[in-house]
Amino acid sequence: MSGLDAIRETIRRDRVFDFMLDKTLPAVDVSHTVLLYVEGLSVSFDGFKALNNLNLYIDDGELRCLIGANGAGKTTLMDVITGKTRPDEGTVYFGQTHDLLNKSEADIAELGIGRKFQKPTVFEQLTVFENLELALRMDKGIFSNILYTLQSHQADLIASVIDTVGLREQIFQQAGALSHGQKQWLEIGMLLVSEPRLLLVDEPVAGMTAQETESTAELLTSLAGDRTVVVVEHDMAFVRSIARDVTVLHQGSVLAEGTMDEVQNNPEVIEVYLGEAP
Amino acid sequence: MIGTDIQSGLSRLGIWQSMLASKGGNIFLILLLAGTAFAAVGNLLVPPESAMHVDTYTITLLGKYLSFALLAMAVDVVWGYCGILSLGHGAFFALGGYGMGMYLMRQIGDRGVYGNPDLPDFMVFLNWSELPWFWQGFDQFWFAFIMILFVPGFLAFVFGWLAFRSRVTGVYLSIMTQALTYALMLAFFRNEMGFGGNNGLTDFKELLGFDLQADSTRVGLLVCTALTLAIAYLVSQFILSSKAGRVIQAIRDSESRVRFVGYKTENYKIWLFVYSAVLAALAGALYVPQVGIINPGEFSPLNSIEIVVWVAVGGRGLLYGAILGALLVNFAKTQFTGILPEAWLFALGALFVVVTVFLPKGVVGLLSMFARLKKKPEDPDTQSGAGSDGTANSTQGVAT
Repeated sequence: MSGLDAIRETIRRDRVFDFMLDKTLPAVDVSHTVLLYVEGLSVSFDGFKALNNLNLYIDDGELRCLIGANGAGKTTLMDVITGKTRPDEGTVYFGQTHDLLNKSEADIAELGIGRKFQKPTVFEQLTVFENLELALRMDKGIFSNILYTLQSHQADLIASVIDTVGLREQIFQQAGALSHGQKQWLEIGMLLVSEPRLLLVDEPVAGMTAQETESTAELLTSLAGDRTVVVVEHDMAFVRSIARDVTVLHQGSVLAEGTMDEVQNNPEVIEVYLGEAP
Repeated sequence: MIGTDIQSGLSRLGIWQSMLASKGGNIFLILLLAGTAFAAVGNLLVPPESAMHVDTYTITLLGKYLSFALLAMAVDVVWGYCGILSLGHGAFFALGGYGMGMYLMRQIGDRGVYGNPDLPDFMVFLNWSELPWFWQGFDQFWFAFIMILFVPGFLAFVFGWLAFRSRVTGVYLSIMTQALTYALMLAFFRNEMGFGGNNGLTDFKELLGFDLQADSTRVGLLVCTALTLAIAYLVSQFILSSKAGRVIQAIRDSESRVRFVGYKTENYKIWLFVYSAVLAALAGALYVPQVGIINPGEFSPLNSIEIVVWVAVGGRGLLYGAILGALLVNFAKTQFTGILPEAWLFALGALFVVVTVFLPKGVVGLLSMFARLKKKPEDPDTQSGAGSDGTANSTQGVAT
């Protein structure tokens, strides 16, 4: 039946064939200042509701922190936005026009959504430089990459990012040989060279020293404005140092939203989250 | 700019340099070409009485080994570099072989047992009155050559398109490739398929007008195989040391991460699989005129598994490792089956177990370990770059 539908769809006379459509993605439309719309999102795994009718709006250029206890649905939300998990219900729009739910992971990344994972995931067999080179914003088809040579503006970008993340010494070292904290930095560097519109950063300071945590906070705050940053973090001191707006998730939906002070004084929040953790 | 010193530090390699970037690979290339030249001269120019004479049997054997080496390299390209464990590469090899076999059959003309100028012997035997449509054009070498590349390539594309887009990976993919070659074997065993059934295609006379039994043709085929292997090696080295090659290795290590960076990994896998299938088909096409027969036994799943053993023994993830493995195991096979034929399969199985347990990087890994141990007392720094020798790494050996 679906085959028949596909044929019917293909021979419709009021449309051009899909393969003739322009493949380039149109620019992200943020005319209403909102960059990311998440509406009525529900995801369940074997009956367990990881996300439950979640609504979230992220403005263009904002720095937003998501906090919540384990199992509150923070990582699942990131999975849905980046195309890894398909939700049962709800819509996710990037700008006014891009429905993220019908796009592949690669297309979503091409649109300008970059993600840093909870566990640092870099390509261990490649050098630091090659990791960054892979993440560059450019044509990602196989044939253009066979003949690809590094352009000078890209080398400049990589060089400046390498200085930002402090891996200049290790530039030609295999990424697998880096320490945990350095891998975190490398992954942040990969995000930076890909010049994303929206950065989803999952627990960036896990395994970092106090000093590194501080410079991460500095980096993330400096990025906001130009780019939009969403940070998931458990470290409350860190959240307090960067956050302007905080969203608290609880059992798959939004419990509270506001500035750090507002959220901290919210009795519900105190009960379910802050009350437990010192 | 800050970037310029990175760029100069990188000293990006040109096409030729990136092809010749691997030291072990260069040694292999020199040995390959020198060995082939030596064998060719030893057979054609040195008189049979001389101790330096290379007999024709050895020439054919070498040619066979080299086509197996090309096949092993094809498997290494997808398995060693991209993590796609294909247990069905024998299918592409055999299809290439059948393409060449069909051309050679048509060259027999009326010199067959039945003397029919239009139909190969087995068709006369089956009382067929005319040539099936899919045999048309195979009397032309150029057409046969295109088909040798196109048919296996197309099959690999369709297979890859279906499998990689549905994200079939790991052991499931291996089983599917195994099923593919098994299905083809059953199909080719049938007389109705029109490929000679059980007996396959044989009794070849000449290739492009050269008598297949002549020493000079045998040497010519050996030289062709060696050159094809060398060119395929260089092209593969070029592809795998390009940025696309690094994406391919990244896919091997963490495919989902590569997707999140924005690469459509399925396209990379499909095209790499097609490339590998075409290499395997070329190997098959070179193999058939040298051994003089192609039959459905080449499709047997066991053959495909044997290729994987060659690659594992030599050292996967290194092109010359796969080639070395194919040469070593096949040489051992020739020797072994001469002395104690029944025990060969046991020996092969034991070899595979020993290599997986004790030599995860194969013989090449063992050699480079010895080289390191030797160097270690003088220069402890060499350890840091260990194990990355020649793994398609164009930014290698560069100091900041």
